[in-house]
Amino acid sequence: MGYIKINQKKVTQDLADELQDICPFNAFDYVDQYLSINAACKVCKICVNKGPEGICEFIEETQVQINKKDYKGIAVYIEQKDNQAHKVGWELIGKAKELALKTEEPVYAIVIGNDVMKIAEEALNYGIDKVFVYQNKAYRNFNVENYTNVIEAFYRKYKVNIILVGGTMLGRSFAPRIAARLRTGLTADCTKLDIKENGDLLQIRPAFGGNIMAKIHTPNNRPQLATIRYKMFDAPPKIKRFGEIVEEPTDDIIIKTTIELLDTIHQPKVKDINDAEIIIAVGRAFKKQSDLDLIKPLQKRLNAEIACTRPLIENGWFDPRKQIGLSGRTVKPKLIINLGISGAVQYIEGMKESELIITVNHDSSNKLFDISHYAIHGDIYDILPELNKQLEVLEQ
Amino acid sequence: MNIITCIKQVPASSNVKVDSNTGVLIRESNNVKMNPYDLYGLETAFQIKEMKESVDIHAVTMGPPSAKQVLEEALYMGADEATLVSDRRFAGADVLATSYTLSQLIDHISNYDMIICGKQTTDGDTAQVGPEIAEFLNIPHVPYVVDIIEINRDGIVVKSTYDTYDEIVSVKFPCLLTLDKGSQVPRLPSYKRKQIMKTHQIETITLDDLDDQNPNHYGLNGSPTQVEEIFPPDKRSDSIQIKGSNKEVTKEIMDILAKNRYL
Ligand SMILES: Cc1cc2nc3c(=O)[nH]c(=O)nc-3n(C[C@H](O)[C@H](O)[C@H](O)COP(=O)(O)OP(=O)(O)OC[C@H]3O[C@@H](n4cnc5c(N)ncnc54)[C@H](O)[C@@H]3O)c2cc1C
Ligand SMILES: Cc1cc2nc3c(=O)[nH]c(=O)nc-3n(C[C@H](O)[C@H](O)[C@H](O)COP(=O)(O)OP(=O)(O)OC[C@H]3O[C@@H](n4cnc5c(N)ncnc54)[C@H](O)[C@@H]3O)c2cc1C
Repeated sequence: MGYIKINQKKVTQDLADELQDICPFNAFDYVDQYLSINAACKVCKICVNKGPEGICEFIEETQVQINKKDYKGIAVYIEQKDNQAHKVGWELIGKAKELALKTEEPVYAIVIGNDVMKIAEEALNYGIDKVFVYQNKAYRNFNVENYTNVIEAFYRKYKVNIILVGGTMLGRSFAPRIAARLRTGLTADCTKLDIKENGDLLQIRPAFGGNIMAKIHTPNNRPQLATIRYKMFDAPPKIKRFGEIVEEPTDDIIIKTTIELLDTIHQPKVKDINDAEIIIAVGRAFKKQSDLDLIKPLQKRLNAEIACTRPLIENGWFDPRKQIGLSGRTVKPKLIINLGISGAVQYIEGMKESELIITVNHDSSNKLFDISHYAIHGDIYDILPELNKQLEVLEQ
Repeated sequence: MNIITCIKQVPASSNVKVDSNTGVLIRESNNVKMNPYDLYGLETAFQIKEMKESVDIHAVTMGPPSAKQVLEEALYMGADEATLVSDRRFAGADVLATSYTLSQLIDHISNYDMIICGKQTTDGDTAQVGPEIAEFLNIPHVPYVVDIIEINRDGIVVKSTYDTYDEIVSVKFPCLLTLDKGSQVPRLPSYKRKQIMKTHQIETITLDDLDDQNPNHYGLNGSPTQVEEIFPPDKRSDSIQIKGSNKEVTKEIMDILAKNRYL
């Protein structure tokens, strides 16, 4: 807490220009030899840390500090639809257990629905302390108003330190509601989590479409809330269960909504790239759709799924569910072969956890090479026909 | 019917890099534009105005004084009113403080049936502001709306799109929608509207105009989350470079696949 103070006496035109240059948010105005900071300032402190010396200073203001010891436990919200748990919940349990080792806190799961005991049983298999279950007919389908009331009731009763929510489409709409209800912070789409001894969660997330990473913390509010995308972490192995199921009463939780689900229309099924083990990913290097035929022999041989970058979705070449990346799917296959993809960070964030990454590109400055195990320098229009030839030889 | 559309000014290109030595952000340019999803939000509001009689569209933004530019754009596209909420004391706002400030502004405007937000921005990129505004105003929200199906006297029916399914949802006024890219094609600011709206006053609201004047609820002080550090995404140091003739590199690919038992 605090603000940035400017030492006006030392400001010159040159220094003002320098500060305007380094500020990522255009927050400096220099008018009539007076340097001021406008509302665009995010207090990122780059001007303090990296700017010309002695101009900008961060003035710390003290605030009433919460007692962090009063908040114990890491709770994972287990999302379900049609009484099927979304697997991201198990992955978050894995992460929560890892964090809890450092702070010696209990790990909990929260399940909301109607007839969801099976999910609670399943959660215990991952080795957690307690599963809190809220069952009511009104909770059959996800409803953001009613479900927020449940999480509020849970938090008021158990005062946990952290609540983790899967960054699914539902989770991303649900978690901010919880955050505002509990007047606390929420870090979106974390790719890494760590914890300090005092229980402060360190959250790392991409911003600016993934071109930069930000380390974010919530120093004086509880609970600490974060959403994490599916496939960012591994689900833990199932172990001998030791925890217990706690069925919570729901009579006192307000059920009231003006949102009514009239119909659900399922889109035709396409095989999900989320769970694919081998992926061939194609990018804008392919000049026309029919050129994609060049990858068929390799696809067949590897039994691979085809995925793509966003521009190819925009071209209408693929179903949107085939898109890898921040605004598409996160994948973690055993093998991914990238063909003619530049490696925008939005793309990389969606596949960087893949076990073996092979990338073909004729431009050696492409960013995907940096994270690839094998960087193949070459033109796809030369290499693919040659590859098909060599594959054919192998078949014979 | 009164619609408030929340719009945000964002960098024209999200192509920023972090200098790994100095930790300073390097931008392609300092140009700014309207957040793309907010264009869909505005367009949806304009379409409702074309469908119904007496619809009033009020565009709002929170930002520095220069953010007036996106409000002008909105007016020239078809908004009836525009308000900027701006104050140095809002600096450093995270999602909670931003949403709270916008909800205070909306309370100040007071007369609304529906609020329209974009699904997310291209800079902060959190997709949280819409739902948090709704929570502060104690109204329902429907996310990822791609189509307006029906508008009734006391509510609206919309289509939302999820990963593998779409939902048709009805919700009563007042409510908040977050807009995803659907079939809307955002219109351009028109010359004619520009001539009409050029002299239109864009009101600026500061903390002193809001109901809750406690500065601790705004800006950095009202923000539970803080950005501790920004840094470039990581690189792999052990990447193996394969160069050579066409035949050679292809042979190498075959070998790598074979070595890993894929062939
Ligand atoms: C908010 C936001 C979210 C986004 N989300 C995503 C996302 O989820 N997923 C996504 O993919 N993108 C996303 N994008 C878009 C992203 O920024 C890039 O524009 C996109 O990933 C680029 O796709 P590409 O690599 O196919 O194309 P390009 O960037 O055009 O790259 C083509 C590459 O192919 C190489 N090449 C060309 N010809 C050949 C050849 N003959 N042989 C070999 N190599 C060749 C070029 O050197 C180049 O590196 C998002 C953008 C924004 C702003
Ligand atoms: C690198 C970085 C990372 C950050 N990470 C987090 C984080 O994890 N958690 C957090 O709480 N804060 C975070 N912030 C701060 C956050 O980005 C800003 O507080 C911002 O106000 C939140 O908006 P957004 O851009 O994410 O908006 P989104 O929630 O993505 O915006 C959705 C919609 O809300 C409306 N809207 C958003 N902002 C405005 C506005 N100013 N005026 C009018 N309408 C608006 C628009 O309709 C927009 O389409 C981060 C900031 C930076 C620089």
